[in-house]
Amino acid sequence: MVPLNWYIMLSAVMFSIGVFGFLARRNLIVMFISLELMLNSVNISLIAFSHYLQSMNGQILVFFVIVVAAAEAAIGLAILIAYYKNNPTIKVDEINLLKG
Amino acid sequence: MSLQQMFFMYFAIAMTGLSLLIVTRKNPVHSVLMMLLLFVHIAGLYLFLNAEFMAAIQIIVYAGAIMVLFLFVIMLLNLRSEETVAKYQKQWPVSVGIGVVLAASLVIILSKITVIPQLGEYSIEAIQAEGSLMTVGKVLYTQYLLPFEIASIILLVAIIGAVVLAKKRIQ
Amino acid sequence: MIYTLIPLLPFLSFIIIILLGRNFIRDKAHFIAIPAVATSFLLAISAFMEVSNGKVINIDVYSWIVSGDFNVSFGFLIDQLTAIMLLVVTSIGTLIFIYSVGYMHGDSGYYRFFAYLSLFIFSMLILVMGNNFLMMYFGWEAVGLCSYFLIGFWFHKKSAGDAGKKAFIVNRFGDFGFGLGVILIFLTFGSLEFTQVFGQAGILAGQTINFLGTEVDLATMICLLLFCGAVGKSAQIPLHVWLPDAMEGPTPVSALIHAATMVTAGVFMVARCNPLFIMSPVAMNTVAIVGGVTAILAATIALVQNDIKRVIAYSTVSQLGYMFLALGVGAFSAGIFHLYTHAYFKALLFLASGSVIHALHDEQDMRNMGGLKKYMPTTYKVFVIATLSITGIPFLSGFFSKDEILWKAYQHGDLGKFLWFLGTVAALLTAFYSWRLIYMTFHGKFRGTPEQEKHLHESPPIITVPLWCLAIGAIFAGYVGIPPIFVEHGDKIGEFLAPVLGHSEGHGTHAEEYFVIFASIFVALAGWFVAHIMYVKKTDLPQKLGTMFAPVHKLLYNKYWIDELYSKTLIQPMLKASEKVILGFFDKIVIEGIVNGVPAVIASFSQGIRKVQTGLLSNYGLVMALGALCFVGYLIFMG
Repeated sequence: MVPLNWYIMLSAVMFSIGVFGFLARRNLIVMFISLELMLNSVNISLIAFSHYLQSMNGQILVFFVIVVAAAEAAIGLAILIAYYKNNPTIKVDEINLLKG
Repeated sequence: MSLQQMFFMYFAIAMTGLSLLIVTRKNPVHSVLMMLLLFVHIAGLYLFLNAEFMAAIQIIVYAGAIMVLFLFVIMLLNLRSEETVAKYQKQWPVSVGIGVVLAASLVIILSKITVIPQLGEYSIEAIQAEGSLMTVGKVLYTQYLLPFEIASIILLVAIIGAVVLAKKRIQ
Repeated sequence: MIYTLIPLLPFLSFIIIILLGRNFIRDKAHFIAIPAVATSFLLAISAFMEVSNGKVINIDVYSWIVSGDFNVSFGFLIDQLTAIMLLVVTSIGTLIFIYSVGYMHGDSGYYRFFAYLSLFIFSMLILVMGNNFLMMYFGWEAVGLCSYFLIGFWFHKKSAGDAGKKAFIVNRFGDFGFGLGVILIFLTFGSLEFTQVFGQAGILAGQTINFLGTEVDLATMICLLLFCGAVGKSAQIPLHVWLPDAMEGPTPVSALIHAATMVTAGVFMVARCNPLFIMSPVAMNTVAIVGGVTAILAATIALVQNDIKRVIAYSTVSQLGYMFLALGVGAFSAGIFHLYTHAYFKALLFLASGSVIHALHDEQDMRNMGGLKKYMPTTYKVFVIATLSITGIPFLSGFFSKDEILWKAYQHGDLGKFLWFLGTVAALLTAFYSWRLIYMTFHGKFRGTPEQEKHLHESPPIITVPLWCLAIGAIFAGYVGIPPIFVEHGDKIGEFLAPVLGHSEGHGTHAEEYFVIFASIFVALAGWFVAHIMYVKKTDLPQKLGTMFAPVHKLLYNKYWIDELYSKTLIQPMLKASEKVILGFFDKIVIEGIVNGVPAVIASFSQGIRKVQTGLLSNYGLVMALGALCFVGYLIFMG
């Protein structure tokens, strides 16, 4: 029997890698992928909880997370394309319109 | 170490490695492909956890739809020039630090946690008696009906939003 | 309450046209505006019927303002006086709306015009129907606003914009007094309801109020303040300067607002407040003298003006003076009677002159007209009818009302005799300038450009039909007030209005009355005769007279230099003062000091910390992650 903690720790490690990817990469698309990675790591822990607590709520939550992830990916990439049309770069450290 | 634990160890190591590859590949196409591989592993893990429906969705929606969307966008933007420049930002050492500390601290906390299970009604036997899909469906269409409908609206909004954002401005 | 619809329908029409006009209604605006005002007219007739059966309608639609002792309701009072005003406003309104379809055809602001006219009708109806002073004040200000809109209707012309502003600002002087009067009424009576205020008007007797250190009779104070408003709105001396300039607006506006209805609001208000005015002989005499002086001064100015609409405008000022003269000598019903007949023939004069202006493509100078009789026979005919009526030729409506005023004035003691003399001289002048207008416009040879002559034409039926309707009014409207000396109980309108306005007392013999009547007929014919000689027989005579009496001519032509006087004594000093004090000191130093100082302080403060905002997504993410890390650390070490 695999202990629940193992799943959670795997999830934590993957999440940290995602955080690193989000913070360190310059490429906006890879940042998006890192976001998806973080979402998936959380999903793993939710499913694991669902299994160990013998409750359905975790799975339902994952379902909604996937819905939101799909929406987020669609909108995010649309914004990316719209931005790219005006300003042909996706290097995130060159996008500083909000600079004070 | 039982067989199950050995399987889990394989999955854990493979997934960690894939995750690291995803965030370190210079070419985003490679990242996406690694991601696909990761999703297959995640789906396997879900099967492990008696969540067949979620495993199917993971493959169909995530691998089949979202990642393909990413691939399309990468192709659409055609980012040749991006490959020649540095792939990390200036703040990457700090990011590494944050990532390591976060992982370490989370692992430390989580290894200390013990879950005192207050078990729900969906035991493995109960799920297997009805089938995973049926069980999820029942909960989704009764208890979570309203959030489910709201989710459909979110998707609709996303569709319209994506179309509006991506279309050409009509002068 | 169906009569609530009388003001409501034009208001709805305004709302619909102004909201949908630009995009949807455009040149079909009259399909909404005319039915609305015509329905109001029918309802007004029905209300009139009800009132003439002796029923006075006084209803509160809802409580408007309730604040401590201050209690005002949104309510309507339809009594005999209001009923007549309703008929005048809605009937002339309807005709002028129809006329405007032809006159404003093709104007880019067509829908806007009908929207403003509808709003005006609504405001005017509120003014006459309100059952308390606040409603009246609301209507009073609203008609002023509409007048401003409509005078400046062609706002791309600078003169039109200036005229609108002038009308608004001059009216402000009067309205200020009116507002103070309303406040004083509330302080005195504790209420603004007409019925309550007029019911206890008697308590004013003998009361005084401290004004700038001197004790002033309270009734006089109130009445003079109210009259202040009337002077502004009804263009009496010294606030008459706005009305002639208001002729910059489209001609239907001049006819409806600046001749028939709005400018008579002052007359209506004084008549409405007659229980208060009766308490103060001083105020009454002031009203009468201002009226008489205005009547004659405006008439003298009209003698030498060359702009067709300006002549009629001064004629309006002069006729309004007559009305105040009547009110001042206590003949309230005579004043309202003249208001009612004047509305028809003056609207007719304006609309007919509009027809002329239209035919000549916006030519307003009479020196460039002449000989239009054969081109525009219909317009000529109605013009002559209106002129006969205004000059007081017997058995047209103007004769009855003007004669009534002069006779009532004559009966009013020594002051009255003097006023009668003023009025009769003004009648002489009126006859002269009115016929001068006709002879210069319609007789002789055409003096405009050949280009204009080629396009001369009679106006279409949409313009001439309302003219004929008004002509009927100009002829027959006076038959409701035949002097008792001719027909027993002929003065139906006086008896009808008696419950509101009372009977004016006066003592005179029949011989004296005949003398007054024949004197006014004589001056009317004399004025006609002189005009005929000067402008038909010996056409070089005006020129000679003009050079012979050059100073007088100049004085009249420049309208007694009243505009210049105001400019020198009021406007220029005000401009100088505001430039020095307000612009130079207050605006430059105080306001700009504050406006520039506050942001400067904030800017210097924020200059330092704004660098924190790098605008880079990853930096923000980094900070967020650090925050999350701190949270985790807290959980580990503290939890």
